[in-house]
Amino acid sequence: MPLTQFMLLSAFLFCTGVYGVLARRNGVLVLMSIELMLNAVNINLVAFSAQLNDAAGQVFALFVIAIAAAEVGVGLAIVLLIYRNRVAVNLDEIDLMKG
Amino acid sequence: MLLATEAVTHAAGQAGISEQAWLIPLLPALSYVIILLFGKKMPKGGSESGIIAVGLSFGLAVLVAFDWVKNHAVVDQHWVWWHNGDFKITIGQHVDGLAAMMFVVVTFVSLMVHIYSTGYMHGDVRFTHFFASLSLFTAAMLFMVLADNLLQLMIGWELVGLCSFKLIGHWFEEKNNSSAALKAFFTTRTGDVGLMLGIIVAFFAAHGTFNIATINKMALEHEIGHGLLLAIATLLFLGVMGKSAQFPLHIWLPDAMAGPTPVSALIHAATMVVAGVYLVARVYGVFWEGFSIEAGGLNWMALIAGITMIIAAALAFVQDDIKRVLAYSTVSQLGYMVAALSVGAWTAGVFHLFTHAFFKALLFLGSGSVIHAVHSNNMSEMGGLKKYMPTTFTTFIIGTLALAGIFPLAGFWSKDEILLGASEGGYPFILTLGLIGAFMTACYMGRCVFLTFFGEYRGHGHPHESPRSMTVPLILLAIPSLLIGLINAPGILKFTHWVAFEPGVEHFHLEHHDFNPTLAGISLAVAIGGLVVSAMVYYWQNVPAGLRGATDRGALRSVKTLLIEKYYLDRLFVDGLVGFIKGPLARATYWTNQKIIDGIVNAVGIGTKIVGRFTYDILDQKGVDGIVNGIGVSASETGGVLRLVQSGRVQQYALMLFAAVGLLGLALIFFT
Repeated sequence: MPLTQFMLLSAFLFCTGVYGVLARRNGVLVLMSIELMLNAVNINLVAFSAQLNDAAGQVFALFVIAIAAAEVGVGLAIVLLIYRNRVAVNLDEIDLMKG
Repeated sequence: MLLATEAVTHAAGQAGISEQAWLIPLLPALSYVIILLFGKKMPKGGSESGIIAVGLSFGLAVLVAFDWVKNHAVVDQHWVWWHNGDFKITIGQHVDGLAAMMFVVVTFVSLMVHIYSTGYMHGDVRFTHFFASLSLFTAAMLFMVLADNLLQLMIGWELVGLCSFKLIGHWFEEKNNSSAALKAFFTTRTGDVGLMLGIIVAFFAAHGTFNIATINKMALEHEIGHGLLLAIATLLFLGVMGKSAQFPLHIWLPDAMAGPTPVSALIHAATMVVAGVYLVARVYGVFWEGFSIEAGGLNWMALIAGITMIIAAALAFVQDDIKRVLAYSTVSQLGYMVAALSVGAWTAGVFHLFTHAFFKALLFLGSGSVIHAVHSNNMSEMGGLKKYMPTTFTTFIIGTLALAGIFPLAGFWSKDEILLGASEGGYPFILTLGLIGAFMTACYMGRCVFLTFFGEYRGHGHPHESPRSMTVPLILLAIPSLLIGLINAPGILKFTHWVAFEPGVEHFHLEHHDFNPTLAGISLAVAIGGLVVSAMVYYWQNVPAGLRGATDRGALRSVKTLLIEKYYLDRLFVDGLVGFIKGPLARATYWTNQKIIDGIVNAVGIGTKIVGRFTYDILDQKGVDGIVNGIGVSASETGGVLRLVQSGRVQQYALMLFAAVGLLGLALIFFT
């Protein structure tokens, strides 16, 4: 299979993720969008790894999956605590860091 | 800076008692403290403490001298007083023949003076203080003699000066006495400036050491340049001129007669004035090379000494005060000692110091005895005392004959050696002046004796012989005055071996000249001639008619006036120098102070104020404050602008992040 199709899929997923991160108001959906972006990168890494016949890319992808799991764990915990404190997970309303 | 007790010993051979020589100055010093603290409570007002301490010192000095004669071992020790980095200041003892001799002379004369003073000063208001000062005076001189380095020597030297100031001004209630004390102090201090500078120059010239033996050695081995040595010798000699009363700084010594007579004896015989001669003898290497003594002819030191010998002897003729006659005689004799050293006759100079100490102390104490009896210093109020005071008369005659240089008394041998040294060393100038001086010495001493002891009594009251405490020291001093010269007589010549200048330099050897009968005969004839002339005038009163009253006529009269006015030196110093300082110089100083210094001060003040105002207004308020405020304001403004960016919305941040990454991506594409 040609490499371009994997790259197109990866780019589509990444752009979807960026859109989700920037446009969605719900914190859980933002986290899911981040997952999309990470997996878009994973597709890229695995595709190139197969193409160049180099295992390093796949190993890298495995690392990304592990880190992503940890990141979702932390991120969902934060969202859960915000929900408990504010009874909302709308990112518009969470502006405590306003300077 | 820390204290350390690190002793360094270079004693050649075994040295026994001499290593304890430091006790000799320590005992009188302790006595000084004891008299000050407890003197008034002691049964004899503290005098016993002084006598015991000086007596013990004398005993120890004799033991040290015997040890020296037997073993001939130089004791050279020092202890570190304090050190600062590598630089050490030490305090030490250097005991050789010269030091041993000085110990004996100083302690002996001081002991005699102490005993004599118990009679002479009996009932004085400050009896205790007098003895305290005597003890300190003795201790200071002994400390100076003990010194192995120039710094210690200078400490002793200055202490001697201080004590002489105290003792000359002992009866300070009278203005004359306190002025005399001040004059003595200031005149010697003038010379001391040279001494101090000389020591500093010597210190650097000798690569940072004050040690006298090292400096002597370096000087004689030409490790110090000749120009530098000349400078050191000249500067040190300035100190000697002040202390040992050499022309023209001799003016303080006659005035020092204001002090009690025992003090005069001590100052003139053993302590104060011989300090200068001792310094020259001690640092002789520097003087030998610096003044090129070996070359002969004439040098700076010989010239001064020669002038001193003659002018002081001439002044002794016109004095009516018996003590002043003796004072000028001392100045003249000091001239002999310095002259001896200046012609290379080291032993002769030191030997003369040695013999002179005995007979001059004897003469002073004898004159004190006379003054005690007639209650006046003036010879015009004496006369005929021969029959009233037999002991004083006999001892005074012995002193006079010794001073005049009559065979075989002490002064004959030492004066003859000086003349011989001048003759053999190639100094005909000094030889001539020495012979003239010998004649004058015999002449004025004859005058003094005839006016005091012969003829009719011209004073008031009934003179009487002095108490035993005063006559015993006279007798004890008369014995060495009679006999001590014999220790360097031909066939014996012991003194030359005992006391010699031995710097330990290979090629250097001071020649000593043995007795010369011809020269001795001439000097003896000259001395007897002097005595006969004085006898003709003052005893037989057998002056040829043409010469009678000659001193009141014509040229001789102006000479007499010149002498009575002491060559106008006092006028020169007091009116010329001091008057100049008091009058015009003071006014000039005042003017300078008012106009220039005040002007400078005011200008500086005003300038400072202007600068201050400028600094405050422009630099501080506008410059520095402006910068500080500017930084604050700009930080605040920047913060205000950046604050808008910090909205607190995560998605806005994310947008910026992606925008930035997108821009960087575009840059990567387009610029590579």
